[in-house]
Amino acid sequence: MRPFTRHQGLVVPMDRANIDTDLIVPKQFLKSIRRSGFGPNLFDELRYLDEGVPDADNSHRPLNPDFPLNFPRYQGASILLARENFGCGSSREHAAWAMEDFGFRSVIAPSFADIFRSNAFKNGILPIELAASQVQTLFQKVQEEEGFSLDINLEDCTVRLPAGEIWSFEVDAFRRDCLLQGLDDIGLTLESATAISAFEEQHQARFPWLFEDIRL
Amino acid sequence: MAQTLYDKLWEAHLVEQREDGTALIYIDRHLLHEVTSPQAFEGLTLAGRPLWRRNANLAVPDHNVSTLKAERDGGLAALPDPISRIQLQTLDDNCDAFDVAQIHLDDLRQGIVHVIGPEQGAVLPGMTVVCGDSHTSTHGAAGALAHGIGTSEVEHVLATQCLIQKKMKNFKVEVSGQLAAGVTAKDIALAVIREIGTAGGTGYAIEFCGSAIRDLSMEGRMTLCNMAIEAGARCGLVAVDDVTLNYFKDKPLAPKGEQWQLAEMWWRTLHSDEKAVFDRSISLDGSAIAPHVTWGTSPEMVTSIDGHVPRLSDMPDETARLGLKRALEYMGLEEGMAIGDIRPDAIFIGSCTNSRIEDLRAAAAVLKGRRVSENIRKAMVVPGSGLVKAQAEAEGLDKIFIEAGMEWREPGCSMCLAMNADRLLPGERCASTSNRNFEGRQGGGGRTHLVSPAMAAAAAVAGRFVPVEKALSETAGVSS
Ligand code: SF4
Repeated sequence: MRPFTRHQGLVVPMDRANIDTDLIVPKQFLKSIRRSGFGPNLFDELRYLDEGVPDADNSHRPLNPDFPLNFPRYQGASILLARENFGCGSSREHAAWAMEDFGFRSVIAPSFADIFRSNAFKNGILPIELAASQVQTLFQKVQEEEGFSLDINLEDCTVRLPAGEIWSFEVDAFRRDCLLQGLDDIGLTLESATAISAFEEQHQARFPWLFEDIRL
Repeated sequence: MAQTLYDKLWEAHLVEQREDGTALIYIDRHLLHEVTSPQAFEGLTLAGRPLWRRNANLAVPDHNVSTLKAERDGGLAALPDPISRIQLQTLDDNCDAFDVAQIHLDDLRQGIVHVIGPEQGAVLPGMTVVCGDSHTSTHGAAGALAHGIGTSEVEHVLATQCLIQKKMKNFKVEVSGQLAAGVTAKDIALAVIREIGTAGGTGYAIEFCGSAIRDLSMEGRMTLCNMAIEAGARCGLVAVDDVTLNYFKDKPLAPKGEQWQLAEMWWRTLHSDEKAVFDRSISLDGSAIAPHVTWGTSPEMVTSIDGHVPRLSDMPDETARLGLKRALEYMGLEEGMAIGDIRPDAIFIGSCTNSRIEDLRAAAAVLKGRRVSENIRKAMVVPGSGLVKAQAEAEGLDKIFIEAGMEWREPGCSMCLAMNADRLLPGERCASTSNRNFEGRQGGGGRTHLVSPAMAAAAAVAGRFVPVEKALSETAGVSS
């Protein structure tokens, strides 16, 4: 995973609540067995005027001029600003892969759905929860100031606004560590292999039926 | 100290508590399907990691399978969509390479992962259950700690048999009283979401309790826990009781003999202690719950059958107004209109929420001797598994559906997520027994109204949303 320590980037607003993972990456692209290449289909139904099909060339599709991601002023944006309950719905990690592939490094919203939050962290995307009023301020500023960007510092958990104002945010200590160092969860967990084996042995003694052959 | 059901399940699976607040939790059962697993197996292969415990895993293809018999009869190689074929073949290949048990596409027991899990006893009370699918919450109905995970976590569980978790908070949803006739677990789920919103359960494990819950069958409890994720809660739970034990008694993978007795002793403890403290509680009067219909593009955009679509002026703020405006435009509805004036042109009975035998019986009871209304262009019933299908056929339900003018399909996720050819056309409006009414969920531009199976059947015969009794009386005497 790509580490995240500090990131300065352009902000693109998507003024809606409950942005679900079906919207982030529609189901037809879930047929892919790969982890990469989802970027061009991020927000496919909103971004393009025609219907997207998997494994197609997206470079000549008609763009929806009303969708912020397509506005000239937001080209190159790497921070997404949204409203409550971002990432709700399906557990598809393809949503996080698509955001990463597109170039997003952070999403700022008043709240996130649990599964998306976890998927985002595992793919080097920092979900930042700010108060609804702060998010509202950001929406206003993005609107008013072309080129509005933020400086996110995960080391001290702050967001710096262009005028110099600094807001802090909270993030889970474990997730922060993993992100700062770009650590692989599995490798970390396997450091506890002895503890897992010991637990498993005692678990099996207590609940032997759980360890029966599952072949049907 | 008094514990909640969730506390007990957590404690029984706690491998390691860490200072940073995270914990390692042991996973008993891992269900896999073709869509969210390929990248996890690939990750294992790249890192050269073996499975931690082969026997914990069970795979089944469901999301991306054809539901047409003609297409299925030729086996994998004959499936028309090459990209889907590769995905299904990849599941086969991975299961072979890693020696993972799989119920194959041509197996009578194949079906939607959340239907076949309990049906086979692959999911049991007291287990921790995960699957790369958010509706894994379904299995909480068995008194199991079950939740959906992303693909990185699928890989993590395959490699370590554990998940890194933070303990969730406890949320008690009590539904007292008795449900009125024609009101189902689906309506309870929608009523709860209406009450707390789609983010109301975020960060919580929801335990459903109260007399209306105790009265539900196992299948009803599955429907309810299935929808916990639509309220934002990764897991829903129902305490173990006789209903639970009777359901699992003869399941193929359930413990037998002495092992059953041993298991029963533990399972009988799987309820919240009387003095257990919950972080949040709400209670609903079950007898006051009416059949529900969603009108918008989020499950919280829902009201009862006698209700109305809200008005823009009712909204508390600009974001809400914008949200409502967008939903109304997408759904092609007018503000303030009566739910009873909404006319679907498609019917979908299926999905891990409502495709079990009791669901099909409820729908068939309404459709028996009646015809699907003329304004319905597309109507299909997709049983949750091959066994559900066989049982329905043994009861003659398939004939009722077919005679009513509905298609009787092979098991799979089908138009719940429309990954295969079963999907709505842009603008088509569907009365659906599935769980998500998101934009495009059932096909780009498609419009979804979530309802119970009986309500979907009522909408099918009446051609608009009506209470079941009304559908029955309006269409009485059509035939025997
Ligand atoms: S039926 Fe729908 S919700 Fe259930 S597992 Fe399949 S796609 Fe997911």
